[in-house]
Amino acid sequence: MDFGLSEEQEILRKSTCNVMEKECPPAFVKETIKDEKGYSPELWRKMAELGWMGFIFPESYGGIDGSFLDFTILLEEMGRACLPSPFFSTVILGGLPILEGGNEEQKDELLPPMINGDLILTLAITEPPGKYTPDGIGSRATKSEKGYILDGTKLFVPNAHIADYIIVVARTKDGVDADGITLFLVDAKARGVTCTPLLTIAGDKQFEVALDKVEVTHERILGDIDKGWHIIEKIWPKVIVAACGEMVGGAQQTLKMTIDYAKEREQFGRPLGCLQAVQHFCADMVADVDGCRYITYQAAWMLSEGLSCVKEVAMAKAWCSDAFKRVTKQGQQVHGAIGFTEEHDLHLYYKSAKKWELLYGDSWFHREAVAEQMGL
Amino acid sequence: MDFGFTKEQESFRQEVRDFLEKKIECGAFEIISNGWLENSSQEFSKEMSERGWIGMTWPKEYGGQERTYMDRAILMEEMLTCQAPIAYHFLADRQVGPAIIHFGNDDHKKEYLPKIINAEISMVLGLSEPNAGSDLVSVKTYAKEEGDFFILNGQKVWTTGAHRADYIWMIVRTDLDAPKHKGISEFILDLKTPGVTVRPIINIAGVHSFNEVFFEDVKVPKENLVGVKNRGFYQLMAQVDYERAGLERLMQNYPVFVNLVEYVKKEKRNGQPLSKDPMVRNTLAELEVEYQIGRLFCYQVAWTLTQGRIPNYEAALCKAYCTQYEQRLSDAATRILGLYGQLMPGSKWAPMNGEAADSYLWSVSYTLQGGSLEVLKNIVATRGLGLPVAKK
Repeated sequence: MDFGLSEEQEILRKSTCNVMEKECPPAFVKETIKDEKGYSPELWRKMAELGWMGFIFPESYGGIDGSFLDFTILLEEMGRACLPSPFFSTVILGGLPILEGGNEEQKDELLPPMINGDLILTLAITEPPGKYTPDGIGSRATKSEKGYILDGTKLFVPNAHIADYIIVVARTKDGVDADGITLFLVDAKARGVTCTPLLTIAGDKQFEVALDKVEVTHERILGDIDKGWHIIEKIWPKVIVAACGEMVGGAQQTLKMTIDYAKEREQFGRPLGCLQAVQHFCADMVADVDGCRYITYQAAWMLSEGLSCVKEVAMAKAWCSDAFKRVTKQGQQVHGAIGFTEEHDLHLYYKSAKKWELLYGDSWFHREAVAEQMGL
Repeated sequence: MDFGFTKEQESFRQEVRDFLEKKIECGAFEIISNGWLENSSQEFSKEMSERGWIGMTWPKEYGGQERTYMDRAILMEEMLTCQAPIAYHFLADRQVGPAIIHFGNDDHKKEYLPKIINAEISMVLGLSEPNAGSDLVSVKTYAKEEGDFFILNGQKVWTTGAHRADYIWMIVRTDLDAPKHKGISEFILDLKTPGVTVRPIINIAGVHSFNEVFFEDVKVPKENLVGVKNRGFYQLMAQVDYERAGLERLMQNYPVFVNLVEYVKKEKRNGQPLSKDPMVRNTLAELEVEYQIGRLFCYQVAWTLTQGRIPNYEAALCKAYCTQYEQRLSDAATRILGLYGQLMPGSKWAPMNGEAADSYLWSVSYTLQGGSLEVLKNIVATRGLGLPVAKK
């Protein structure tokens, strides 16, 4: 066991942190969230130049073939900065299914531009039932002359308004099972695709994507017909742990802001941090944050090593969902009313914690997976 | 970062497991919560000693094995999984031995270390007093220098295991005029010395586990003072980081969890196993996640020690977290058992031998012993986070 970062990992962390501090300060985050696009194309370009989009992709597509463990460090720093960008949707939700399920032409066509920062991607999986399970997929793909016609309503689709391609999860066979689900690469500008923004708690850009007789050619089918859920299952542990990585960073930053505030803010003629009630709040926050870190990196390490880790992944998201939220709640308590203002930065994390909690399954959802793994 | 064990570590774990399996097969001990601290067996400790499992992290020159704290954590995890009876040597192995290595002179080392390693003596800790609990620096037991001796008068309390041990490792006042923390020294004392009286205290689980220890004009040879006179408090503070964060703070009632998981799989409610109840599933999965977090905390501390660094706030954090988990476990166990959750060991109808109720009673002590939860959180906040210490 080794709970520390290697020298290379420390360099990666530090350099990512430096970029984020310079390019993504809280004022930038607030401004960008209010902007309709929800990201900065200039920063996006810089991120591509730094090789971030290709971090976990093979060199043959222009990537750097980094480990998923190291990638988690990158995500942690993005989470620490609350970076508003289509990175998660493009690289993780979009790039990984293409890498996993795409044929050679599709990979050659799509991955290099994605890695260069020229392509924004997203995944349309959830629908009105709001579930990440096969029984939540009802959108229809009907066979046509040229390929398939898609109909249905996708919900909570991140960055659909700026995406070049939306990977649509749809049914090619009726039913509620995983079998009969197929993935389609849909041109976001195609006829019949209508994106309507949702007003989300954290201000990130999520959409209703209405599909009305959207034509998709055979070449745009990702993976095998009826077997698309396999691709989702394959990438999903990485999606979850990547989310946890962002949460580790967010929780860490919330703790730091709270400690700084407790040291500097004076009441009763002394710093708040002298008060035992405040000290104990902060001590509890440390347990939550350290817990997030170890359980997340354990799962990331296992994924990197190719070890089976269904339980560890579920444990990570179960813990991070609750712990990050608790940390932001306690952070708000220590900050007092100033934390409740839009002017202050703390709300970015309070909102972000709720967003990440609800995305990709909360603690109830993942504890059920843990229970399953325990043989209950 | 690396969350795996080496081949050597895995095979060591297997070696310990094989040993324990054999002992359990021949009925050497019962797998029961708190067994690790309540069941003292010199015979069992001697068998561990023969395998080099006592003082295993100590330098070779003192008879140790110079193995890593990771190895010791692995050993402890296996011992605690089945609550092996390690009480005879446990406190000497974990704490007194390392303290002697750090602060003792050559005579101390020659006198005590081999005996600890060979499981020839059993030791307990004498820290708390009636008016010095969390405020340990207020100890009043006084050792007055007289010729070649100290004359000891006073009282210790909550002294776990004093009724079956040979020696007590204690802090006492040696200077009445100095500031509180600058007038304390560490002593090692034979409990059979005239003037020492051990009186049982029965805890709320109905067990005689801890004691009051009285000292009345006890003649203590000067050579029993360990380290520097009046520096005892500082010496002690350096030792407790070793004490605080072992897996024994996470796994004291481990059998409750194992038995509970088995129980809900078998027990039927409304025609289906209790394990299918969403509330039960959620509760047990939550405990499992919390347990695994605690385990990572414990191994993080062991890893830190293995690096040759002293865990600072991490040890306090680990103990604070883990003992609260143990309390949640025993509470959840009694509730999942429903009305049966109140039945004590030996009772007719008691599921899991009444261990849930029993553990619920014991669990009160978990967040008190070896530094109360409040004190531990203070340490995390001030030492770990650098929050200011409140002026008195």
